[in-house]
Amino acid sequence: MEALLALVIGVLTACGVYLSLRGRTFPVVLGLTLLSYAVNLFLFAMGRLVIGHPPIVSEPAAASADPLPQALVLTAIVIGFAMTAFVIMLALKARAELGNDHVDGRP
Amino acid sequence: MTDHLAIAPVLLPLLAGVLLLLLRRVDIRLRRLLSLGAVVLEIGLAIALTAAVADGDILIYALGDWPAPYGIVLVADRLSAWLLLTTALLALFALLYALRGIDASGRHFHVLFQFQLFGLAGAFLTGDLFNLFVFFEVLLIASYGLLLHSGGAPRTRAGLHYVVLNLAGSTLFLFAVGTLYGVLGSLNMADLAVKVAATPAENVSLVRAAGLLLFGVLALKAALLPLHLWLPAAYAEASAPVAALFAIMTKVGLYSILRVDTLIFGAGAGPVAGLLAPWLMPVALATLAVGALGAVASRGLRAQIAYLVVASAGTLLTAFALASADGIAAGLYYLPHTTFAAAAGFLIADAIAARRGELADRLDPGPTLPGNRVIGGVFFVAAVALVGLPPLSGFLGKFLLLRAALGHAWLAGILATVLVASLLALIALARSGSLIFYRSHGPAPAAPARALATELAPPLGLMLLVAALTVAAGPAAEYAQATASQLLEPSRYIHAVLGGG
Repeated sequence: MEALLALVIGVLTACGVYLSLRGRTFPVVLGLTLLSYAVNLFLFAMGRLVIGHPPIVSEPAAASADPLPQALVLTAIVIGFAMTAFVIMLALKARAELGNDHVDGRP
Repeated sequence: MTDHLAIAPVLLPLLAGVLLLLLRRVDIRLRRLLSLGAVVLEIGLAIALTAAVADGDILIYALGDWPAPYGIVLVADRLSAWLLLTTALLALFALLYALRGIDASGRHFHVLFQFQLFGLAGAFLTGDLFNLFVFFEVLLIASYGLLLHSGGAPRTRAGLHYVVLNLAGSTLFLFAVGTLYGVLGSLNMADLAVKVAATPAENVSLVRAAGLLLFGVLALKAALLPLHLWLPAAYAEASAPVAALFAIMTKVGLYSILRVDTLIFGAGAGPVAGLLAPWLMPVALATLAVGALGAVASRGLRAQIAYLVVASAGTLLTAFALASADGIAAGLYYLPHTTFAAAAGFLIADAIAARRGELADRLDPGPTLPGNRVIGGVFFVAAVALVGLPPLSGFLGKFLLLRAALGHAWLAGILATVLVASLLALIALARSGSLIFYRSHGPAPAAPARALATELAPPLGLMLLVAALTVAAGPAAEYAQATASQLLEPSRYIHAVLGGG
């Protein structure tokens, strides 16, 4: 499972980097979104992959999942979500004001 | 009250911002009063905090009373208080300039302004790396709104670049933070400092990669070469009070670099000690050189001052890269000076641009400005401060920096770069001043009359702060020296955070 997750994060990051280097705003927004997905999965994996254990340290159950990365991911998701919404609005505004959807405003 | 002194400067702008959001339909005069009152109160809190930590105490505030490293802590030491005070004073004058009407030209100016202060205060006071990320996001989100405030196509274009670049930066920040957590199992900076020293050999390269990635992200925020390209466009297009407030933004990056470099990757960091050190000096000198060259090559006054902000980031990092108590102290003494000077520069550039019709701030001979001599005089003082000429504190800061550099391996390079960059800045500003004020001809275009006094009062106030920093150079330099020695002894910081708090 580790290899699969690592592969997913790697592919997402690679696609994200490629797309965010494109010249138009829509691929750039998509690229940033993919990058934020990749980093969310990465943060989650940093608590190690644990299956079938609660994220609570309780006495009878010896093993538990690390709760902190889950909290971090939640924060990162909220921030990433807000930023995606903002950058989409900004891209639309740029399209309206600059007359085209190129990142540097020149077709 | 003293128990909560460390969190008060963070909560105050947050509460003021929320209140302003709720009162958004109320008369603007009340909102202005509220915003101004909050900033004045913030200055009071910053002074109280500085006084509380001046004798070397480190205030710890454990949120929810969860002890570190399990809970999140706010840590106020001399460095945090010094930067907080600089921010609060800067904010007052930026806000005073905005109250002349720019705040009413778009929605939610005061809300965003307060949230920006919230993010700045939090970034300076937090003792947790992930929290630093969150506060960075808070101040960035507010800065996006402020940058785009009252719109316009060039501003939108600059804003789009700024937002996209910072979003990519935030992603890299999370990768670095995630790697550090995955390897070391903590995000509390004091705890990281302890754990990093005991990194097992097989994980050293991972920690190094994460640390350098973190440095890369902070260098983006601090506008260090080659990650400075976003700054001139964004700052030159922002409205004047916003650009003035943004003068502190690069210093947040520099603050974080200094904090991470001395605390986590300091001398006691075992296998990763001095991780950033080989990078700092070359990057600093290159940034300084490019900033000064950019200032000479700029075709607009605001872009010129924005390049001088890049150069000042280079100067400050040069001081920090000396890694000696004298060097860091010189940088910390120079930091408020350069922040105030750059902010005053942006405000005056706006006052000039508003009187030149379509020419705005372009560096071409134009009409004689109404109030030529008064504006010219203020511009002259600000230019002296920006370049760092005597008698103002910039000269003292650079003098301290060069004196601290004596005996450093890079002495020749530091001397040459700092002095030549100062000369270039001098040439650039002298040329701009003579183009705008001496080679003018013909009457000014009919422009709506603007009150000169209220317009020039905020930059003059900033100049008074610079003068105060010059007059009080002794105590200020002593404080900076004490701050530097506190930074170079991270064991007290670590003990204060982890040792029962």
